Amino acid sequence: MRNPLRWLRPGHLGTEAEHATFRTLHSASLTAPELRQGLTSDSAERAIRHLRDLLGLPAVALTDTVATLAWDGRFAHHEQDAAALAAAVLESGNTVVRPREDFACSDAGCGLRQVVVSPLVVEDRVVGTLQAFTSSASAGLVRAVAEVARWVSGNLELAELDASRTRLMEAEVRALRAQISPHFIYNSLTAIASFVRTDPARARELLLEFADFTRYSFSRHGEYTTLAEELRSIERYLVLEKARFGDRLQVTLRVAQEVLPVAVPFLCLQPLVENAVRHGLESKPGTGTVTIIAADQGGECLISVEDDGVGEDPAKVRRALAGDVSVDSVGLGNVDARLRTAFGDDYGLVVETAPGAGTKVVVRVPKFAPGVRP
Amino acid sequence: MTATGYSLLGVTAVVVATLAVGAYGWRFSRTTSDFFVASRTVRPGLNASAIGGEYLSAASFLGVAGLVLAFGTEMLWYPVGWTAGYLVLLVFVAAPLRRSGAYTLPDFAESRLESRGVRRLSALLVVAIGWLYLMPQFQGAGLALAAPTGTGTWLGGVLVATVVVVNVLFGGMRSITFVQAFQYWLKLTALLFPLLFMAAIWLRDGAVSPASVAVGSGNAAGDSWTSPLAGTDHELYTTYAIIVATFLGTMGLPHVVVRFYTNPDGAAARRTTLLVLALLGLFYLLPPVYGGLGRLYAPDLVAAGRAESVVLELPARMVDGTLGDLLSALTTAGAFAAFLSTSSGLTVAVAGVISQDVMGRRFGGVRAFQAGAVVAVLVPLGLALLTEGVGVAQAVGLAFAFAASTFCPLLVLGIWWRRLTDAGAIAGMVVGGGCAGGAVLATLLGVGPGGWPGALLAQPAAWTVPLAFLTMVGVSLATPRRVPRHAARTMVRLHTPEAVQLDRGNPPR
Repeated sequence: MRNPLRWLRPGHLGTEAEHATFRTLHSASLTAPELRQGLTSDSAERAIRHLRDLLGLPAVALTDTVATLAWDGRFAHHEQDAAALAAAVLESGNTVVRPREDFACSDAGCGLRQVVVSPLVVEDRVVGTLQAFTSSASAGLVRAVAEVARWVSGNLELAELDASRTRLMEAEVRALRAQISPHFIYNSLTAIASFVRTDPARARELLLEFADFTRYSFSRHGEYTTLAEELRSIERYLVLEKARFGDRLQVTLRVAQEVLPVAVPFLCLQPLVENAVRHGLESKPGTGTVTIIAADQGGECLISVEDDGVGEDPAKVRRALAGDVSVDSVGLGNVDARLRTAFGDDYGLVVETAPGAGTKVVVRVPKFAPGVRP
Repeated sequence: MTATGYSLLGVTAVVVATLAVGAYGWRFSRTTSDFFVASRTVRPGLNASAIGGEYLSAASFLGVAGLVLAFGTEMLWYPVGWTAGYLVLLVFVAAPLRRSGAYTLPDFAESRLESRGVRRLSALLVVAIGWLYLMPQFQGAGLALAAPTGTGTWLGGVLVATVVVVNVLFGGMRSITFVQAFQYWLKLTALLFPLLFMAAIWLRDGAVSPASVAVGSGNAAGDSWTSPLAGTDHELYTTYAIIVATFLGTMGLPHVVVRFYTNPDGAAARRTTLLVLALLGLFYLLPPVYGGLGRLYAPDLVAAGRAESVVLELPARMVDGTLGDLLSALTTAGAFAAFLSTSSGLTVAVAGVISQDVMGRRFGGVRAFQAGAVVAVLVPLGLALLTEGVGVAQAVGLAFAFAASTFCPLLVLGIWWRRLTDAGAIAGMVVGGGCAGGAVLATLLGVGPGGWPGALLAQPAAWTVPLAFLTMVGVSLATPRRVPRHAARTMVRLHTPEAVQLDRGNPPR
């Protein structure tokens, strides 16, 4: 029979061992997000309290290769010794136990007799140390400190991974800037040249547009810009393309003024428009129309780039979005990835296309996202 | 055609115009030439008109004249406060809020305090303020339609709610800046044009002072009408409470804050606010004149308890024949423009918050927004049909008191005090919102006691706002470890003009 008062029995809330496991894992989980910021004095300061809880020692220190980053616990006058203690471990890369002589002090009441110094290793490189001060270091404690140091190292490696992912994204943006096709430059200059004699004023105007366009595209810009800036660059691009194609290229822009201040990733629309112009006009006789719409929809902005060209096989587009570089679509996968990084997975590109039916690319951008600012 | 016919015609014209402008309106549709669409960000003048159009609600259009007619000059504090709220906004909030990049108040709370908890609470409060403000709009609409046509008081509210929902569902809010700017000038014309005729008649009749006549019960002498602080009990406290609520509540209204996002930068936000001050100052000259003339030409409205319909009925009473009916139809149409524009703006703002913070994950973007709009309208419509008898201006005043007790401390301290913590912000908003909300509920349900406690509950802002500030400061000082990690960097970004070249650092992630 079930005892209705079973929740009063001792042990209902878990055994002592379960409690200990929970406390350990909880301290560890509190530390992880701080360490994922990388090893800085700021993150060390926030993480170290939980590390000391984890080990249950009087004092704990974190150092990088040259200086103390954070100290938590009693007897703070030893904080200055931590950097010197770290030096030995940096070379050997092994956990060591140091006696009191190595960090002597004149305070008779000082209870710190021994210190366990364990290296923090990221990609086979020692980046700092975890130092655990105690009255007597048992073999068990040394093993525990080494394990905690290994766990901290794991988190720092993840931080490194985050950083390199960001660097990769930046490199891709740089690559995208360099990707402005040589054909476009050549064709634009040729088109301008054809006006120099017949319409010098227009030639001058076009040259200025060209200068402004390249200046924007090659500028050392932050990660984000406003939709207004991005559209301005696109308009310059379209003016230059129109100079080349004349009436064969029809462009319709319909932009709600309210969404012009929205922050978008730098050069996120340019590749879409370039694709639309290419698909809308190439391998197709007669005129092509490119329609760019930016609409206000509550907390979001809807941007669509549409052409009435030859269309595309949806499977091919899917491959391009998945990042297959062999597909000839300028930066589609890159734009998709950057939108997802900035705004979350709900905000990827939506491509509607079929052979012979034109292509429409829809971008949704929230008006505000934490951390996204021009 | 009868007077009712003209009024219905005017209302229909406004509804159709709003729907048509919303659906097909002035959109920029251009082929590329030397004309650059992207450089045409919304100019401060246009934006200010739009804010004015959205802000001037039923309370301004109908309520002020009614209050002045019934209670006298101390009621002028309402229009003064509703205008001066923008002065406070201009000085303390406008430019930094724009520089924060926030679209809604929850966005600001999240970016400043780096906390999801504050965001969720702010979202809740935005919805509450939105509903509290929408409710009197629907009530007022019922009143406006009932006065000239004799229909039930529910019809107008349902009509306005339907138009707003249809507009949002069919994507009609795309050219909202133009629609709202148009509504401001429509409202101004609807009050000014009849007033020219009425002023002429008043001068012809010998320009009698409204203060020289006795009107109704309890307000017999003209002296008590013209002199402030001569009427009900606790007049001085009530006046200060109204001043605090209206001066500080404007910055916490969701539909006002959303408009500032349209400004390209902080300086433009300031210019816009300055122009809003001018436009509101111009508009608010008119309703008190209706109240004063109403004392001479429609004194029976006070006794009948229909003081709020003075704007709608006065032109027909003063001007004879068809012209008078037409002018009354014009003010009725203007009143509907007021309901529609304010409700639209509020619905869009509340729907945005509901879709983003309540149901964002379950539906797609546009679907969530539409569902949010329906919820945003249905709840206050239900409330409006259930609770009748609360004056339009009074209910709006409560919404202001609630906003002043929650978002004013958050914005002012968030922008000007770097030691604000998320715990402090939550505590302050809970205390301020709880006290003001309790007082609002007691007033709406009509359970308020008499005497001093009654006065404190009827106009809570004078004690809830300082209380919220104190709680926010106190709890923040008690939790110094919770100061947001990037507080200093956020402050630099909020207060440095965009033109200044400096390292604003990578934004927090």
